[in-house]
Amino acid sequence: MKTAAEINEKITWQELTPGCNVYEPATSALFNTGDWRTMKPVFHADKCRQCLLCVPVCPDLSIPVDAEGRRGDFNYFYCKGCGICYKVCPFGAIEFVKEIK
Amino acid sequence: MGIRERLSGNEAIAVAMKQINPDVMGAFPITPSTEIPQYFSRYVADGSVDTVFIPVESEHSAMSTCIGAQAAGARAITATSSCGLALMWELLYVAASDRLPITLACVNRALSGPININNDHSDSMGARDAGWIQIYAETNQEAYDNYLQAMRIGEALSLPVMICQDGFITSHAIENIELLEDDKVKAFVGEYKPENYLLKHENPMAVGPYATAAYYMEAKRAQAQAMMDAKEVIKKVGAEFGALTGRSYGLVERYMMDDAELALVIIGSSAGTAKAEVQALRAQGKKVGLVKVRSFRPFPAEEMAEALAGCKAVAVMDKAEGMNGNGGPMYFEVRSALYDLPVRPMVISYIYGLGGRDVSVDSIGKVYADLEEMAAAGKPGSTYRFLEVRE
Repeated sequence: MKTAAEINEKITWQELTPGCNVYEPATSALFNTGDWRTMKPVFHADKCRQCLLCVPVCPDLSIPVDAEGRRGDFNYFYCKGCGICYKVCPFGAIEFVKEIK
Repeated sequence: MGIRERLSGNEAIAVAMKQINPDVMGAFPITPSTEIPQYFSRYVADGSVDTVFIPVESEHSAMSTCIGAQAAGARAITATSSCGLALMWELLYVAASDRLPITLACVNRALSGPININNDHSDSMGARDAGWIQIYAETNQEAYDNYLQAMRIGEALSLPVMICQDGFITSHAIENIELLEDDKVKAFVGEYKPENYLLKHENPMAVGPYATAAYYMEAKRAQAQAMMDAKEVIKKVGAEFGALTGRSYGLVERYMMDDAELALVIIGSSAGTAKAEVQALRAQGKKVGLVKVRSFRPFPAEEMAEALAGCKAVAVMDKAEGMNGNGGPMYFEVRSALYDLPVRPMVISYIYGLGGRDVSVDSIGKVYADLEEMAAAGKPGSTYRFLEVRE
C-alpha cells in the first residue's frame, strides 16, 4: 500500500489507494498549502517582542516556535496568507504584502 | 438439507441478518421495508444477535451511520425503500467511493409522485449510477439467498451491495422457503476482516479525503475497475452458494432461451409471471423465452448479447420510467449490449407495473403477441410502449 508521501500527482489509478484512503496519521505536514497564497506576511524580527499572540491564531503550522519559546520566521510551505497574524500583532512586527510569484 | 419454513420476503431478509449477526444496523422505517428493521430489532432486544441497532431520525442518517460504522471496521447494514433510498442519495455515492462494503436491503417501491406505496423499480433504478452492486430477486427464496451472498461479494471488491426485492409482492407475501442452518451461514459468510479501519489504533488512517482534479479521475477509474471485476466475483460466489445449497446463481437467468426467437428481458418478481406465459406459449409450439436480470449493477452486457443473439424480436421490460422520452433505463443498456452483434434482433422498450399496476400472465401474453407481430412484419413499429395503461 502506498504511503502518504508516495501519493502525488504522478500516481496511476492502479497504484492509488482505495477511495484515496491515507494509511498513516499527521500527513497534513506533507501538504503544501502555501501555494494557495495571494497575500503574504513578512516578519520583522527587530520589532517583535516575542509576545506570541500570533502563534495560536495561525490556522496552520506557519509560525515555528523554538525550544526556548521564541518564534522564528514564517514557514511559507504552510502559510495560506490569511493575514490573521498580521491583524493580531500589536507591534507592527508583521507586514502584510501582495505575494509576487 | 436446509430448514423448511414459510416466510414473507421481509422476514426472510431479517432471518438472514440474524444468522449473519452483523455489527451495526442503522435504519429508519419506510413502507414496505419497515418490517425488516422491525423484525431485526426484536432479535436485538431478545439478545439473539450482538448487533448495535441505531434508530436514526432519517435515511440520510441511516446511511451516514453505516458509513461511519463500516469505516470503523464493522459490518454495517440497513434497509429502505422509495423516498428513503432517495434521501440516502448523497451518501450512497460516499459509501461507494469510500469503498465501504455496506449491505442495503432495498424493498422496491415507486418514488413520489404521485405519492404511491406500491412496487416498481424507480427507487433503485434511480440509484443505478451510484456505484452500488445491485442484485434483484424474483422470489422470497432468492431474496434470502441473495442476501447471504451479499457480504461475500461486497467485501471481496470493497463495494457496497443493494439486495433488491419487489415491495409487497415478495416482501409481504408468504412463500415456502428453505433456510440454511445457522452454522452453515456463518461458515459461508465468514467474518469481516478489513486490512485497515478507523479503529485500528496502531495504524491511524484517514477515510474519504478531498481529491483535487489531480486525483479524482484516478479514484473513479479504480472504482470502475472494481465494478468490472464484480461480474466474476458474483458468479464465483453464486456457484459456491450452489455447491452448498443446490441453488446456483449467475448474472442472468436464461429461461427457455436455447431456440427462442421472441424474448423478454425482465427483472424481479414479474419474471415468475412471465415464465408462466412462456410455458403456455411453448405448449402452443411458439419459440419464446426470457432473460431474467439478477445483477443489474454490474450490467451483464456480454451475457445479454450471448443470450439474445439468435432472437428476432426482444422486449425489454422496465418497471421504471426513465423520463428521457425514448424508453426505460434497462432498455438502453440491453440495446447497447446488442449493438456489436453481426445480426441484431429488433428491440423495443416496454414500461410496465408502475406504482403497483398489476401485471398478469395475460399482460405478458400481449407483449409476446406484439413481438410475434414485429417478427412477422420484419419491422419494430413503435419502440417505446406502455403495458396495461388505459388509453
